[in-house]
Amino acid sequence: MRRAATWLLAALPLAAHAGDPGWARLPGGTFESVLRYEDARRGVRVAPFELMRTPVTNAQFLDFVRRNPQWRRDRAPRLFVEPRYLSHWKAAATIGPPARPEQPVTWVSWFAADAYCAAQGARLPTWNEWEYAAAADETRRDARDDPAWRERILTWYSRPSNTALPRAGLQAPNAWGVQDLHGLVWEWTDDASALLVDADNRKQGDADDTRFCGAGALSMDDRGNYAVLMRVAMLSSLAARDATAHMGFRCARTVVR
Amino acid sequence: MSVALRVLALVLAAAWGAAVAATPAPAPLPADSVYQLPLQLTGQDGRTWPWARLRGTPRVVAMFYASCQYMCPLIIDGARGVERGLTPAQQQRVGFVLLSMDPRRDTPAALQALAAKRRLAAPRWLLAAPAQADVRKLAGVLGIRYRALADGEFNHTSELILLDADGRIVARTEQVGARVDPAFLAAVRRAATPAPKRGTR
Repeated sequence: MRRAATWLLAALPLAAHAGDPGWARLPGGTFESVLRYEDARRGVRVAPFELMRTPVTNAQFLDFVRRNPQWRRDRAPRLFVEPRYLSHWKAAATIGPPARPEQPVTWVSWFAADAYCAAQGARLPTWNEWEYAAAADETRRDARDDPAWRERILTWYSRPSNTALPRAGLQAPNAWGVQDLHGLVWEWTDDASALLVDADNRKQGDADDTRFCGAGALSMDDRGNYAVLMRVAMLSSLAARDATAHMGFRCARTVVR
Repeated sequence: MSVALRVLALVLAAAWGAAVAATPAPAPLPADSVYQLPLQLTGQDGRTWPWARLRGTPRVVAMFYASCQYMCPLIIDGARGVERGLTPAQQQRVGFVLLSMDPRRDTPAALQALAAKRRLAAPRWLLAAPAQADVRKLAGVLGIRYRALADGEFNHTSELILLDADGRIVARTEQVGARVDPAFLAAVRRAATPAPKRGTR
């Protein structure tokens, strides 16, 4: 009971301020996702929402952990975080070195990311929201048809992953005023476990044929969007308690009118 | 306060202390128990209760939704097959829990109707739904992936999951339908068989 109360308190939203400088407002609309779901042939509807301009940093996450000690790496139940959760920090409530406060936080599970956003009165973005925000370059709201833009994103994915992460907010804002959607870390989405294209989904006989119920298979025919599809593959391969060296997150919130 | 009342108070206090001593606090949940997730379930009888109440008995659990035409009947068939593979004594020691991923439509009445149709009798069979906002978390701790489709159906992985009495996942199978996964059934049999009593005779 006491545990439940603690969790409830952690989930109490803080007051959300309109015009918060850390957040960008995106108008939404009909959006053609790279995920060509059979039930969304004519595009997906994205409602107006706000998105954090930069991914959550180590410093921000430390602040959360201090206020919500049940999310310290030495206290969070293994059900919610794998053993490597926050393993890049020096101690349970100390960032570094070598980790630095201004770097995006990584080694966080979906559960931890979800709890962080709930504590801000926010939530994780849906995949559609994330992809919609990430379709923009510095000047265009949808730059995805531009081969040069695609090439730029792909270049990041080909960079060696053993170098230290740059700090958050170093790259130029995109047309929505959002930074680092590409070129810094992978990011959790609320519905990461809705992406049903994991490595297990191979045809290997009866059991696999029935793995997914009903129509909903993804067709990944847009090879030019390979970079975004790599994100989908990454998210779909992770369980909600998993953490990796390059998986971070940012929060979103619904615009209430 | 009269002497009699004082004596009564002392007796009551002693009784209360004895009662507390007789029912020790349950051992803390294992860190990987799914019951670590604070979650309320609403069952087919309309009652809402913390799902950690399922602790204490091994359970075969699955996620489903009542209006599902194709896979979910097979999930129930699969769980039924496991039940049939147990001895009557083993059947008494295992629970079966069907958890909805569609709380909006899976009201107690809808769950009750399905339970009646498939003859899933309580208390061995429980059908329940979490709050809508908790479905993703429940699926997360159980390792189920799902997506709501535009037409109200769901695209989802189908699995039977065996929880031990403390809520740890000890076995799982993607083989649903009438043909039971022998390894999974063996795990349920083990869970439903009490360890031989040690000690003096």
